[in-house]
Amino acid sequence: MAAKLKIKNLTKIFGPSPAEALKRLRAGESKATIFEATGNTVGVNSASFDVEQGQIFVVMGLSGSGKSTLVRMLNGLIKPTGGSIHIDGEDIAACSPATLRRVRREKVAMVFQHFALFPHMSVIDNAAYGLKIKGVAPDERRERAQAALDQVGLSAHAESKPSDLSGGMQQRVGLARGLATDPEVLLMDEPFGALDPLIRRDVQDELLRLQKTLKKTIIFITHDLNEALLLGDRIAIMKDGEVVQIGTAQDIVSQPANDYVAAFVADIDRGRVFTAETVAVEPAVLQLDGDTAGDAVRTMEEQNRGAVYVLDGEQIAGVVTYQQAAAADRESGTSDVPIAEVMITDYPSADPGTQLVDLYGHASTGLPIAVTDADNKLVGVVEPEAVFAQLSGDPAQDEAPPAPLADDAAQPAAAR
Amino acid sequence: MRPSDFLVIPFDEWINIFVRGWLVPNFRPFFRAVQVPITQVLNGLDAVLAFVPMLAITAIFAALAFKYVGRGMAIFTIVGFFFIDMIGLWPETMTTLSMIITAVLFCCVIGIPLGIVAARSDLVWKFARPMLDVMQTIPSFVYLVPIVMLFGVGMAPGIIATIIFALPPIVRLTNLGIRNVRADLVEAAEAFGSTPLQMLFDLQLPLAMRTIMAGLNQTLMLALSMVVIAALIGGGGLGLVVNTGLGRLDVGGATAGGVGIVILAIVLDRITQGLGEQSKVKTVSLRQTLISMFRPGANAPAETGKVAP
Ligand SMILES: Nc1ncnc2c1ncn2[C@@H]1O[C@H](COP(=O)(O)OP(=O)(O)O)[C@@H](O)[C@H]1O
Ligand SMILES: [Mg+2]
Repeated sequence: MAAKLKIKNLTKIFGPSPAEALKRLRAGESKATIFEATGNTVGVNSASFDVEQGQIFVVMGLSGSGKSTLVRMLNGLIKPTGGSIHIDGEDIAACSPATLRRVRREKVAMVFQHFALFPHMSVIDNAAYGLKIKGVAPDERRERAQAALDQVGLSAHAESKPSDLSGGMQQRVGLARGLATDPEVLLMDEPFGALDPLIRRDVQDELLRLQKTLKKTIIFITHDLNEALLLGDRIAIMKDGEVVQIGTAQDIVSQPANDYVAAFVADIDRGRVFTAETVAVEPAVLQLDGDTAGDAVRTMEEQNRGAVYVLDGEQIAGVVTYQQAAAADRESGTSDVPIAEVMITDYPSADPGTQLVDLYGHASTGLPIAVTDADNKLVGVVEPEAVFAQLSGDPAQDEAPPAPLADDAAQPAAAR
Repeated sequence: MRPSDFLVIPFDEWINIFVRGWLVPNFRPFFRAVQVPITQVLNGLDAVLAFVPMLAITAIFAALAFKYVGRGMAIFTIVGFFFIDMIGLWPETMTTLSMIITAVLFCCVIGIPLGIVAARSDLVWKFARPMLDVMQTIPSFVYLVPIVMLFGVGMAPGIIATIIFALPPIVRLTNLGIRNVRADLVEAAEAFGSTPLQMLFDLQLPLAMRTIMAGLNQTLMLALSMVVIAALIGGGGLGLVVNTGLGRLDVGGATAGGVGIVILAIVLDRITQGLGEQSKVKTVSLRQTLISMFRPGANAPAETGKVAP
């Protein structure tokens, strides 16, 4: 997948003498000292990252960390002091006002924290605003705005005024306005920050649902780590204008780049961040016909496991524990016990994407959990201890790290 | 000992030299030309108002008052206009009305664009603001003399004096209205690629309309207050009636003229105020208000009507 946005050394300094402040910044002075010495505020300090086509890229940070400044530079609402922003190879930081207008009309739409709906226009006129600006004919405009309202479930309110709607509905209108022009990139500056927690959950799910079909490239700003972890394909954490870490939710929770990030993720519900595949390991397997209880015991002893899965061809037949296999083997003396006799057919299983919170029950059976793909093929197993270790924030497999099943491309190096 | 022992500045002489010696001879044609559109608009309006029967005009104003203010104001308009007619001042009132409409029209044509430009450029506003202050604070008698010298006497110079005096509020309030449009809305319009003109017509003017109408109302009131002064340099109408009464110490005549001005002022003031209320952004519809009145559980319109935080 190609990078849709390439951001390099993007810097913004507010104040009377950006050039001087920039020099001090390059010399390594902090945001606070630069402000005291020169009266300039460092909004964003040398941010660099790429955003892949179709991804949700979340920028997360506390208030004042420069998130809004960063996202506003991406569509030229704020002019960068330095650095470059390439969207499909076009530099937004150094283009004419006319080009910038074209990019905003054709390619990059925005959704705002406080909705910023036009109070004198009906909901449908709000949704149609971008199309009007583009010069789309009134009939087609209405049709497309209506379609955008349908997408967010607001078609019934087309003729209302924004002020007649609840906050959650208003932000849906904001989203419809952003989607109506069918932009490739959607910038969302804390879009759900002004909503009640329950409603926020709703619109988050709605966004994920829409994104499944729309596959927009989304830059999503939030100060809420849970929201970041829920929505972000990749997450950038900002502090004092700097990007301190970029990675997937799991990267950030499992390998915080510094104490700041670590403190952030400390009370995160890890059960919702990590999935079965992140703690799964290669399965040890036996075949239903041919292998015996003795084979099972040997395999488990060699691989230091408490249980192994038994396959019938490609399909899973069941699981054998060390205790049962060893007992049967001992009692039978020299004759071979077919493995089917000691096999438990009622085994726990889960999808690779299952969240760890949903594995608690399975893990408490003591059996390794079979991780199966869509064809019910065994792709890995999750040892119960691994679930609890990951949840406690102490994946104790330092000496023998689990071989993650996800391909390596999805697990880029965490920090820059 | 005092400063004038050392230096006497012939300020009045300088002004004389400037106006008489330079401005008048060099710019006479220009000042004549400026009057042409004013005279034409005035004559047109005057002809229309003289042609339309008194009852028809009363009916139109009463209807406007009913629509934008209410029944009481409509009744007042009818009674007031009948009274003016019965004291024999209808033609003068119509002359004054056409002068005022002309002056206000030109104030809008000049003032609204100026206010828009001032709202968009801090630099322009920095220069415009002290000029507006001066225009509003100089006693109008002071500029009557140069106006007479430049434009002569008559209706048009009277209207020009009125325009100068009444222009500031509409400029100020247009500027204010546009500057007060919520910054996040302006940003949103910009984020969707609006050109400055699209922004102006789709967003800024509609949202500033209420403030601009308040400016129009003030401009209109200032124009009315200039009626008597404008009559000093040849403006006719009710102002002339008052002035004539003053000259002859005819208290009855002067009072009659004054009452006519007051009635006209009240009617115009209330109607333009009502217009301003109309053009505000409606946040609560009439239907909703009714619903909320009949459904005790429903939110009060004032609450649901709030613009989102
Ligand atoms: N227009 C501005 N002028 C001066 N300083 C600004 C301006 N906008 C933002 N800042 C400063 O830049 C920093 C980053 O602000 P912002 O991007 O709004 O942060 P966030 O969105 O993460 O809360 C803050 O210190 C803020 O005070
Ligand atoms: Mg912000």
